[in-house]
Amino acid sequence: MFMIFGYPSALLFGQLLLGLINGAFYALLSLGLAIIFGMLNIVNFSHGALFMLGAFVAWGLLEFLGISYWWSLLLAPIIVGAFGVLLEKVFIARLYKLDHLYGLLLTFGLALVIEGLARNQFGSSGMPFAIPKQLQGATDLGFMFMPNYRGWVVAASAGMCLLVWLVIEKTSLGATLRAATENPAIVQSFGINVPRMITLTYAAGVALAAFAGVLAAPIYSVNPNMGASFIITVFAVVVIGGMGSIAGSIVTGFGLGIVEGLTKVFYPQGSSVVIFVVMVIVLLTRPAGLFGKGGH
Amino acid sequence: MSLTRRSLLGTTAAAATAIGAARSGRAQAANTIKIGVLNDQSGPYRDTGGVTSVACTKLAVAEFASKGFNVEVVAADHQNKPDVGAEIARQWYDRDGVDMIIDVPTSSVALAVAGVAKEKNKLHINVGAATSDLTGKSCAPSLIHWCYDTYMLAKSTGGATVKAGGDSWFFVTADYAFGQQLQKDTTAFVTAAGGKVMGSVAYPFPGTTDFSSFLLQAQASGAKVLGLCNAGGDTVNSIKQAHEFGIKMKLAAMLMFITDVNALGLDVAQGLSLTESFYWDLNDRTRAFTERAKKVTPNNWPNMVHAGCYSGTLHFLKAVADLGIDAVKKGTGTTIAERMKAMPTDDDAFGKGSIRADGRGLFKSYLFQVKTPAESKGKWDYYKVMGETSATEAWRPLADGGCYYLKS
Repeated sequence: MFMIFGYPSALLFGQLLLGLINGAFYALLSLGLAIIFGMLNIVNFSHGALFMLGAFVAWGLLEFLGISYWWSLLLAPIIVGAFGVLLEKVFIARLYKLDHLYGLLLTFGLALVIEGLARNQFGSSGMPFAIPKQLQGATDLGFMFMPNYRGWVVAASAGMCLLVWLVIEKTSLGATLRAATENPAIVQSFGINVPRMITLTYAAGVALAAFAGVLAAPIYSVNPNMGASFIITVFAVVVIGGMGSIAGSIVTGFGLGIVEGLTKVFYPQGSSVVIFVVMVIVLLTRPAGLFGKGGH
Repeated sequence: MSLTRRSLLGTTAAAATAIGAARSGRAQAANTIKIGVLNDQSGPYRDTGGVTSVACTKLAVAEFASKGFNVEVVAADHQNKPDVGAEIARQWYDRDGVDMIIDVPTSSVALAVAGVAKEKNKLHINVGAATSDLTGKSCAPSLIHWCYDTYMLAKSTGGATVKAGGDSWFFVTADYAFGQQLQKDTTAFVTAAGGKVMGSVAYPFPGTTDFSSFLLQAQASGAKVLGLCNAGGDTVNSIKQAHEFGIKMKLAAMLMFITDVNALGLDVAQGLSLTESFYWDLNDRTRAFTERAKKVTPNNWPNMVHAGCYSGTLHFLKAVADLGIDAVKKGTGTTIAERMKAMPTDDDAFGKGSIRADGRGLFKSYLFQVKTPAESKGKWDYYKVMGETSATEAWRPLADGGCYYLKS
């Protein structure tokens, strides 16, 4: 084994991989946020709460209906996405003409309500959620012991990110979406139902959060605060990547996961702030973010 | 932003108590003893204290036969923030006429509230916080620390683990007053017993959910024992992830409650050693207490903190009855604390005990091992008793604490 900066290489490789795993969650969550911001111009602060709901739906499906983790991967995003449709129709749709700040406050309030209700119902210690049988166990990679489930998380979220990117950048549906973002009035004049498209975009962003929630359920305890601890970091990721940039949110999500992982070796006390330090530096040098194209 | 979110909750909670106080009116204040339960009602320590502590405090009030005065219980959320906790304590003592504040988990908040109690010479019975400084360099004549501390945990769990062959340690520590103190106290017992500490890592609290990095660092150190100097959801996550990553070290959860074992499930938690001063299935009296407590908190059975809020409140009310309500209202926190120290304690949860001159509650402590799923016969049947330490042996000797008011 050789040493890098006085640390055993195995330890560093292990940390890189762990960073990548956390980065997978950052990427999935910030991708949903970027889509919602790009399309609706809403800073969706309830994203963390919806991520948590995804995990709770998976838990509830298993606990009460005996529905397996694999079906939950599909069903939880649909159920939470439908809840997203409701939120958009009832609350968020009323705010499009107002300043960003109103959307931020509304979704922030929604997050408080959702998390508060969950806490009231389920307490704060969390619910146990077992890793599905097929993914239990671990593989010895030589430099570290890699739980199979974590490998699956990286693969599933990378796959999902790629899929979303392809849909938005390479299909006609994606082209319409991007056009509607640029100029909704003209797109509407072509006979496309823009309000419905907006609703479905919100639902899709929310479904991504729920998908991440299901992936997270076996790793972290399923508890009402699980989203709150992620959401701030994820916002920093979105800002660093460039608000609304799809590719930006994916690349910075994985990248910052790695930066954070390495900080945990070199200076663990700083691991909770390192992402914000990066954010400050990026904002000072490139205010639109690494992948941003200037203001909206 | 989490700051804004929780401050918002805190303001609401504080406002609610303020309204409650105004409504109760001042006329009956002279004949009413007011108890404030201050703890984490919405964050990581909600289930280890939170609403169950409030319920157990109220249970003690309900069971205490009235001695010619009324008792009122108020509650608030300190959000694990020292400034918020100190502010509520100030308001309760100064404006709302609270006579005693109980619980206050999270050592950093406890030290801040203890400071307020000392400054105003008001009574504070700390149950939820762990730091042994509360009866050491941060002691106060009006401060009592009820049923556990870092020294007692370190002595029981740390000492037993080294004896069982776990002689090299690596610590994963929550980077604040409690974690640091627990690591310091445990290190002292490990080295005294001939063990050595191979390294440690301090992680930011609160806000850390992924511990895998720290666990791998621990494994790379080659130590035999992984000492977890954290609590609540952090401990649960650490153990879960150690299990996931196949960490082959012996786990010593330096502070763990039965509520945490419940959250982990026996599959993952089995075999862990931990220390508490209360367990519901110790004897007939603890079972009787739990039967009564279950009626007010059916889903969250009491752990040692909840039982401590019950026990501390009961003893406080006995002291108030003994002093007389007029003497209590005219006197200071120290007056009540001195009377509490002069009387032996006795209740169903902890049996017979006492309070020492420095405010240290003296009870037996128990070393438990978590049962395997096969050994557990039902709900909350989680512990095997592996050993017990007598009330005279379990705690830091009076002379070693350095409590200032005992020196003169």
